[in-house]
Amino acid sequence: MADYKWPAMSTRKAIGQRVSRIDGVEKSSGRAKYTSDYKRPNMLFAAPVTCPHAHARITKIDASAAEKMPGFKGMHLLDKEGSTVSWAMWDIGYVAAETELQARDAARAVKVEYEVLPHVVHDHDLTKAGDRVKPSGEKIEGDVDEAFKQADAVSEGLYEIPTLTHCCLEPHGSVIQFNGEKAELNPSTQAVTAIQGDCARQLEIPAANVHVHQDHIGGGFGSKFQIDRWGLASAQLSKMNGGRPVKVYLERNVELTIAGVRPSAYAKIKLAGKKDGSITAWESASWASGGLTGGGSPPIPYVFTKIPNLRQTHQAVSLNTAPIRAWRAPNHPQASFLTCSAIEDLADKLGLDPLQVYLKNAGLTARPETYVRQLNKAAELAEWKKHYHKRGDSGSGHIKRGLGIGVCTWGGAGHASTARINIHADGSAEVEIGSQDLGTGTRTIIAQVAAETFGLPVSAIKVKIGDTNYPSSGTSGGSTTVGGVSSSTRKGAVDALGKLFEEVAESLGAPADQLEAVDGKIQVKGNPAKSMTWKAACQKLGVKTITVTGTNDPRQAPREGLNTGGVGGVQIADVSVDVETGIVRMNRLIAVQDIGLVVNPKLAESQVYGACIMSICGALMEERIMDAVTGRVLNPDMEFYKIAGIKDIGDIVCHLEIDPENDGRGIIGLGEPPAVGGIAAIANAVTNAIGKRVSSVPLTPDRVLNTLEGRA
Amino acid sequence: MQAFEYASPKTLKEAFALLGAQWGEADVLAGGTDLLSLMKDFVHTPKRVVSLREIKTLSGIAKAGSGLRIGALTTVDALMSNAAIRSTYPSLHQAAMGITSPQIRNTGTVGGDLCQRPRCWYFRQGYGLLAMKDGKSLVANGDNRFHAIFGSGNAHFVSPSSFGPALIALGAKIKLESATGAREIDAFTFFRAPKSDSERENDLRPNEILTEILLPTTSAKNATYEVRQKDALDWPLAAASVALTMSGNTVSKAVVVLGHVGPTPLVAESAGAWLAGKAISADTAAQAAAEAVKAAKPLSGNAYKVTLAKTAVKRALLRAAGMEV
Ligand SMILES: Cc1cc2nc3c(=O)[nH]c(=O)nc-3n(C[C@H](O)[C@H](O)[C@H](O)COP(=O)(O)OP(=O)(O)OC[C@H]3O[C@@H](n4cnc5c(N)ncnc54)[C@H](O)[C@@H]3O)c2cc1C
Repeated sequence: MADYKWPAMSTRKAIGQRVSRIDGVEKSSGRAKYTSDYKRPNMLFAAPVTCPHAHARITKIDASAAEKMPGFKGMHLLDKEGSTVSWAMWDIGYVAAETELQARDAARAVKVEYEVLPHVVHDHDLTKAGDRVKPSGEKIEGDVDEAFKQADAVSEGLYEIPTLTHCCLEPHGSVIQFNGEKAELNPSTQAVTAIQGDCARQLEIPAANVHVHQDHIGGGFGSKFQIDRWGLASAQLSKMNGGRPVKVYLERNVELTIAGVRPSAYAKIKLAGKKDGSITAWESASWASGGLTGGGSPPIPYVFTKIPNLRQTHQAVSLNTAPIRAWRAPNHPQASFLTCSAIEDLADKLGLDPLQVYLKNAGLTARPETYVRQLNKAAELAEWKKHYHKRGDSGSGHIKRGLGIGVCTWGGAGHASTARINIHADGSAEVEIGSQDLGTGTRTIIAQVAAETFGLPVSAIKVKIGDTNYPSSGTSGGSTTVGGVSSSTRKGAVDALGKLFEEVAESLGAPADQLEAVDGKIQVKGNPAKSMTWKAACQKLGVKTITVTGTNDPRQAPREGLNTGGVGGVQIADVSVDVETGIVRMNRLIAVQDIGLVVNPKLAESQVYGACIMSICGALMEERIMDAVTGRVLNPDMEFYKIAGIKDIGDIVCHLEIDPENDGRGIIGLGEPPAVGGIAAIANAVTNAIGKRVSSVPLTPDRVLNTLEGRA
Repeated sequence: MQAFEYASPKTLKEAFALLGAQWGEADVLAGGTDLLSLMKDFVHTPKRVVSLREIKTLSGIAKAGSGLRIGALTTVDALMSNAAIRSTYPSLHQAAMGITSPQIRNTGTVGGDLCQRPRCWYFRQGYGLLAMKDGKSLVANGDNRFHAIFGSGNAHFVSPSSFGPALIALGAKIKLESATGAREIDAFTFFRAPKSDSERENDLRPNEILTEILLPTTSAKNATYEVRQKDALDWPLAAASVALTMSGNTVSKAVVVLGHVGPTPLVAESAGAWLAGKAISADTAAQAAAEAVKAAKPLSGNAYKVTLAKTAVKRALLRAAGMEV
């Protein structure tokens, strides 16, 4: 069997380099075409007919006025008279028209009558959620009561983290052409390969009859895996119109209301501890909502999973709000916030520095050495010794500075992926994978791996992704892409190179297995004198093309060692709070992250920066605000659904643990882990600064001032 | 957006003829940064849109007597970059700085800023300016974190203009013109709290155009302080503009105007009166600030805004006096 393993760290030429993303210029100059940019000849537009009520029964649907509107090209209903609508902005059906404006006008002209039913849209106060709360069982380990009795200190707190939305810059949508037999789908998706199957299933046609193509996606964060109701309806509208392409894109208010949210999480947590800082017992009553069907269950206690005595209950609340979708490290940011808030509250009760409490309890985690190392590194970068003070002990001025800690863990092993490698007689080399680049730099990574294997510059590799004409590859979720596509590319490239060696072995007077590819040449191992250029070698192919596939199979990957999973990370936030305004400003967010082999440190750091910014938004600004009376989202816009701007993020200090030991583990995904600990760290830093725990995030001026001024 | 007729008159006279007698017939378009959102959300569905862009006389800042005349079509950016504004009317300069999006500053106009509609989320979702449903206030019974702490009847939205408070503090006049003539009114009387959904939040009539703002000369020390959560584009949660006429080190006359806390900018008369004869210090500024918010009646979810308004007044006073904020 060929030797696929990664070349030694010291000999790498392309892998490990800070290569700028190969599609960077295309994207930053606006030349990159996102599906939302598509204008196809003869294209129709579809727009949703939405329900203004959060809970209602449809009694009548009358499209007669819409049908007379200019440009009207048909309606496809997803619900019928008598159906129940369970959240506001529910898309009852879609109307097609010649132009986007006509489609929106016609959709508005569809008259729908409803019998309005009672709704519940808030989950923070369980007493107001009535029968929407599903009772749960109790989980008990050890002797909790005894542990609390023996404790030197007990902390008790209520911690709340709300629902927020994915808020993708490019909303959900697609362009689809469907003639009843074949479908041509241009989605905005995290799952180029998988959406082919989804589309086929929904349209009841063979998967081979669906062709999917996507060049770029403008954000997904876990919310773009399926064809969705809008894609399905527009396919039917296309069919109705003889297979004309139909474009559908959600408007911002619909996008923020129905196209995906992260579940909320609330918990009353009691912790017991000893004078030396060790945590001895955990008791929690938690609840969460993920929309109508409940859902949302943060894995708590998080990271510190081995607390010996434990009592837990969890309740799911059903709301008249659109359902959750996976959100960058599903449930982890919530769990980290709940757990780390409680730990720092216990540290305060014990009169200990929280850093020491985390360190003391590292044994309760699955990776004690990792967390100890990371806690110390993060503390060093945050100048913990210099800036740490006891909770609230932050001087007399109106600006209070504080530090706080948050932790994370994640998997991130590579998904199933197949890469097709083509080496042509003219010397060009291609990698084709049915994958997608979420903006993480997947194209660049693939090029680096192939370039490394072939001994060529990164620019010599042509990367083709985003199409079902290429071999299948996993969905980009769970931080699995980098491990998947790197491993499949590596294996395919090694095998393709082996074939090229066979072609030139005779000319170089050495057996194929004695050849190597370095610096644009094929040469006898360690003997540059016996070499030929890559181009000359390829010319030997004559009329042939080398085409080879390589596959990453997650079941075999652990044995092969090209990729693996399992990381920890620590973040420390350094904030300043103006106690006369309640405004929190980020000074620094320090992210220490373990990671395996890093294909491209620059791209990896970009992931961490993005994740930290997302955490800052979640900690300080983002929340979906529901109205109790109307049952509608009050801020489905980018004005009051607040997101940080460049001036709001302070300094982000990223420390990736790039070292031979981590490198030896193979590639591990990084999209999610750094998006976990930031909210916890910031919430703890604010508490440290102002001396009081603000129980719910985001830490907006109202919440901070309400806490400082004693309003619940 | 509902289809509409578009007109781009070259003179005011032509423009007047295109306006309607009732709201809803025609809307004036300046920079469009607000009007387009209103139309896309179907809050405004004018039959005709009358652009002011081609009426060149409406732009620019010029000397007028001893004061300044600001054309309604002057962009926020042009106002912000004007040297005379910066030196004599820093409160206006600071208010413009607070609109932190270059795109909005380059496109939005001063007249549009004064006439922009409230951002109340119930209003913007189509429940009307007073947002009453089944006889009850959606604001009072709903989420009012960004709403007024000085309401007026059922008007709980906040006046969105950042220039309003500054212009009032500076004693500016606003010129409103129609086919039948022009009227010049105090900036203060331009804003008003509506009593029903059919009324507007200002004195502008459907057949009128706001043509210019007249700033009297002033030697008053003036400043604006706005409390915003984000440094990037964001709305103030509370703001204050102040103008202090000094005699030596003491205040002889003070005008304190609160913004973003009521359906109109609010002149805090008692705070102004209290400051007369006093020197500005951290202490007097704080006391005047407490005075300014005494009459506040916060709603269920916005008591924090009382603190913010207080902070805004205190910091505006200190800033006007040239002291560290
Ligand atoms: C996210 C965001 C944050 C913002 N933050 C702030 C802020 O902090 N402070 C602030 O003050 N503003 C803020 N703005 C608002 C911005 O300043 C206004 O949108 C802009 O000034 C409006 O000017 P315009 O010329 O584009 O008005 P348009 O959109 O053209 O018009 C707005 C309204 O005024 C009417 N109108 C305009 N000009 C005239 C006239 N001359 N005579 C009669 N009627 C007229 C129009 O008919 C329309 O109803 C913000 C806007 C956004 C989107």
